[in-house]
Amino acid sequence: MPFPMQIMALGYVVAALTALVLLISIRFLYVVHRSGKLLHGKSQRSYSTLIVLGSGGHTAEMLNLLSVLEKDRFAPRFYIAAATDNMSLQKARLMEDSMSDAAGVKVGKTAKYLQIYRSREVGQSYVTSVWTTLVATTHALYLMIQLRPEVILCNGPGTCIPLCAIAFLFKVLGIRWSSIFYMESIARVKRLSLSGLLLYKLRVADQFFVQWPQLQRKYPRAEYVGCLM
Amino acid sequence: MGETEDGVRPQRTVFVTVGTTCFDALVRAVGTRDFQQELSARGYTHLVIQMGRGTYTPKKLKQSDGEDGSLVVDYFTFSSSIADYLRSASLVISHAGSGSIFETLRLGKPLIVVVNEDLMDNHQSELAEELAERKHLYCARPQTLYKTIADMDLESLLPYVPGDATPVAKIINRFLGFLDD
Repeated sequence: MPFPMQIMALGYVVAALTALVLLISIRFLYVVHRSGKLLHGKSQRSYSTLIVLGSGGHTAEMLNLLSVLEKDRFAPRFYIAAATDNMSLQKARLMEDSMSDAAGVKVGKTAKYLQIYRSREVGQSYVTSVWTTLVATTHALYLMIQLRPEVILCNGPGTCIPLCAIAFLFKVLGIRWSSIFYMESIARVKRLSLSGLLLYKLRVADQFFVQWPQLQRKYPRAEYVGCLM
Repeated sequence: MGETEDGVRPQRTVFVTVGTTCFDALVRAVGTRDFQQELSARGYTHLVIQMGRGTYTPKKLKQSDGEDGSLVVDYFTFSSSIADYLRSASLVISHAGSGSIFETLRLGKPLIVVVNEDLMDNHQSELAEELAERKHLYCARPQTLYKTIADMDLESLLPYVPGDATPVAKIINRFLGFLDD
């Protein structure tokens, strides 16, 4: 009786798929619920950290933050910048090379520098950016599978969106739990950037920092930290 | 720079920078005769323009070109030593990029930020306007730059106290479970 067998097999597949979808949904809700909450207990180890550099002013702000973070806690450090941006990685390297840890040992060895295709150039139209975002996302996926960072530091612009989306996916699938910190640029006084707005609204960022009090009033889940520059 | 030979006015340079952008409207505005005469009248001796990717080239003027006391005008597209130009300037006129703004403020130089209204996503005016409201700089548009220069009172500008990233670092550390030392 092949006919009922097939039906039964189909039934199993449907049941399995439903269970899977249900499982992913529950996991998704758990991730959303768990994100933004402090990690358990006291930490002694170091976290592999992805630092997304934005170009120009964004990079300067990020490196300002990096200069006050303890390098032994955030190691190894992967710096990532747009392939069209020649300056940012150079600046990061300069900062890394100039620093030593408390024992006077050069810390630069724990840093790596990578480039990524950019989702949208300044001034590019929103229509063509659909295609470039697709290319950027594929490249981002490849890099993220390799790196699987535990901490992500970003401050816009678009380069960080595919990376953060994939990091969130990894959380849902249980591949890697990462803490995502987003710092809105000092240039944003009244409105969030598109990247910031996405990460805020979709609750992808675990912690969301803004540098002006006006923004914090508008986006209450954000943390006001004063000017970084 | 600073004082020169006896009898010659001390060099006071106005440095205009557009960064890596194309901002012809600003280069045009500082290239006008009226504008340059106003700078001269205010005691500035040199005008140096970093014109970036713009296509409009202003007119160069040497000391020998004009009568005594006229402005010396020079320009270039890019330079790796923008910091040196900023440091030796008596007044900086900059595009609204946050990098240029804070680099200039940190050097304690009087600053006029000119907002490029041709940019697609013009969020840049937010920062310049906020800092202008706090009296750290003057904010202008290409068409109002002349009036800003004519009306400005550099004494009324307040020094900018550089910000600090340690509050962010603290929150991140606490979030990840690192004990504060």
